Amino acid sequence: MSGQPDTHHEESFWRKYIFSIDHKVIGLQYGITALIFLFFGFCLMMMMRWQLAYPEQPMPWFGWLFGETGVMLPEMYNSLGAMHGTVMIFLGVVPLAVGAFGNYFVPLQIGAPDMAFPKLNMTSYWCYFAGGIVMMVGFFVPGGAANSGWTSYPPLADIATTGQTVWLFGMVLLITSSLLGSINTITTIVQLRAKGLTWMRLPFFVWSQFVTAFLLLLAFPPLEAAGVLQLMDRLLDTSFFLPSGLIVSGEVLNVSGGGSPLLWQHMFWFLAHPEVYVLILPAMGIVAEVLSNNTRKPLWGYKSIVYASSFLGFMSFIVWAHHMFMTGMGSTISAFFQTTTMIISVPSVVILTAMFISLWGASIRYNSAMLFALGFLPMFGIGGLTGLPLGIAASDIHLHDTYYVIGHFHYVVAPGTIFALFAGVYYWFPKMTGKTLNETLGKIHFWLSMIFINGIFMPMFVQGLAGVSRRLWDGGASYAHATDTLWLNEVMSASAWLLGLAQIPFIYNLIKSMKSGEKAESNHWDATTLEWTDAPSPPLPHRNFEVIPEVYRGPYEYSVPGADKDFTPQSEA
Amino acid sequence: MEIPYNVEERQDTGMFNAKLGIWLFLASEVMLFGGLFSAYVFLRMGDVTGTFISGASELNIPLATFNTLVLISSSVTMIMSWVSLKLGEQKKFKTYLGTTLLLAGVFLVVKYFEYTAKFHHGIFPETSTFFAIYFTLTGLHMLHIIGGMVVIFYFLVPGSKMMNTESERFTNRIEIVGLYWHFVDLVWIFLFPVLYLL
Ligand code: HEM
Ligand SMILES: [Cu+2]
Repeated sequence: MSGQPDTHHEESFWRKYIFSIDHKVIGLQYGITALIFLFFGFCLMMMMRWQLAYPEQPMPWFGWLFGETGVMLPEMYNSLGAMHGTVMIFLGVVPLAVGAFGNYFVPLQIGAPDMAFPKLNMTSYWCYFAGGIVMMVGFFVPGGAANSGWTSYPPLADIATTGQTVWLFGMVLLITSSLLGSINTITTIVQLRAKGLTWMRLPFFVWSQFVTAFLLLLAFPPLEAAGVLQLMDRLLDTSFFLPSGLIVSGEVLNVSGGGSPLLWQHMFWFLAHPEVYVLILPAMGIVAEVLSNNTRKPLWGYKSIVYASSFLGFMSFIVWAHHMFMTGMGSTISAFFQTTTMIISVPSVVILTAMFISLWGASIRYNSAMLFALGFLPMFGIGGLTGLPLGIAASDIHLHDTYYVIGHFHYVVAPGTIFALFAGVYYWFPKMTGKTLNETLGKIHFWLSMIFINGIFMPMFVQGLAGVSRRLWDGGASYAHATDTLWLNEVMSASAWLLGLAQIPFIYNLIKSMKSGEKAESNHWDATTLEWTDAPSPPLPHRNFEVIPEVYRGPYEYSVPGADKDFTPQSEA
Repeated sequence: MEIPYNVEERQDTGMFNAKLGIWLFLASEVMLFGGLFSAYVFLRMGDVTGTFISGASELNIPLATFNTLVLISSSVTMIMSWVSLKLGEQKKFKTYLGTTLLLAGVFLVVKYFEYTAKFHHGIFPETSTFFAIYFTLTGLHMLHIIGGMVVIFYFLVPGSKMMNTESERFTNRIEIVGLYWHFVDLVWIFLFPVLYLL
């Protein structure tokens, strides 16, 4: 155990970098793959934004993708929409938040040498990778990639082109991946906490991953079940989601019927609502770490945040049908889900409020990580507050399936979660690579992103309130309601492309710093948690710590009165 | 470096890692089958033409009863094999585990005859939503049986060397396989009345 080089023998290239069972390598694999998918999903969106701003005009530079005319056809638009959502959520954000950050930092923050099941961990990554490849294959089958929205509502999805079948197979792989991952995360946190690391001493990031893992574990299987049923419908001609007497292209569909499209919606949203908390909880975890570190103060209301997030996790299983107010499922059911939805917004507000109060009276260090974390707070605030009118059945009648919904969830996921993930990259990059990122480039990245991302999503509320439907191929050009707000399409599209350009400093910064960044110290930010105080940068292969640390105190003991420095490590006796 | 609590229990949680792991896995399985059972209820509530009742009457109850007994017995032999291992009676362990595998095989053969009889009568998943859910649920359950058989076979033959080299770890593994097997058994005990008797 004493750090002798001979304690671990040389590994082959494959074992070390490709089929590694070291959680740090797997975390990086997840991270890099997920960043690439995020970029890819972003590109799909930038193409859609051309079509929305300049409907049916040939696309410059990339027009050849759509055949000779260079004009995006409606089918193509639908494919891009469905795949944008799928790629961003299932291949980008969740793998980055859970697979990359969770995998890398949970064991480090709890003082464990690795995840509890290293081989399972590797399998989980490769299932994710295979799922990603299958999803991409969809673009090359006849009829193109899945085109029934990321929600894959039947009956449309049942009778859609082959791409939908590919999508379902891809989902099965992705679901398998996250099941394996979540089992691993929970077991790791329960079993491998270092001596003295009690539940109320866990950094909030670990808590957030813990709750997230439960959501993934319990919410994904019903979607898997739904996916199997949809595959049966598509491949074996069953009618789980097809009502009797369905007419397609003027002819009655030759199936037994007797199924229900609503069934899919229930099964889908039973996953997909918890899924939105899978997107937001790890983000809150990262923000909590960055906030307390850069305010140099304990996180305000740590316990309330922990209880609130657990309550949030529990409640997220009983709000799903607020996505279905308009399906005619009945006012009693609507009333129930409206009530639970109002209740679930309480813990979100508790967490956000505690984070805002944490800023009070602090001498804040405005580094890039902190800027993104600070940006997260109001952006998530906007996203959460705009959810309330959606959660009330009466106002949702007007807002459902309009751009208002798109605005709502993008505020939570894009300038919310993705900003938090950026904060995580800036905060933990020195730990992962042993190099520091350039702060100036980081700040440029933040400010440009902040401006343009609001330029994209703020106008969506305006369009949505005006009634513009969310899935229009021409951006509302043929829609009488929309005429007054059409000019916003160009504003949003320009912002989107500029946001794309604003990522250049970030990508450049990552690559440049990896190669020739300044060397980072092991506790670069004067932090208190174990990954900074007890592990070198980067942590040791296969065991992280020279000596497994012991824990004596809570996670955020900053500026303790009477202490000799303004941070007191958890492992300090 | 070795990962702690791989074999021995952690004191404050009272579990070794894989035991918690399998319970979590089973929790997700409960949600998987729970989702499908809910789908069954949902479809049955919307079944105005009575396909669920007429469909169930075409299933072979005696065969399914027989299969229920087979699976319950296999669960018993599974426990016996684990107990024998704990007591260090390796021969008995092998006999019991082998019997479990055999019983699982019997279950599959009976299921095979049930399925082919249906196909001969022109009954397929697309026949009605009842048969759609019947084939989905029993098919998925069968996949679980087959998965379990592969694992049992592994510990019976190629993986049994570990019995002597790391006996405690091996016993743990058999316990975990057992937990899984009881779960698969339990699923059938739900499936049987829901599909055949209701
Ligand atoms: C804080 C309280 C929140 C409330 C009350 C709320 C409420 C709602 C409601 C009622 C809808 C359905 C709107 C409709 O289709 O008519 C919705 C959609 C959505 N929400 Fe939220 N939400 C909240 C937070 C979040 C968070 C934290 C996220 C993600 C991180 C999120 C992501 C989404 C997504 C992705 C959709 C749209 C799904 C789709 O139809 O494609 N929401 N929200
Ligand atoms: Cu929701």
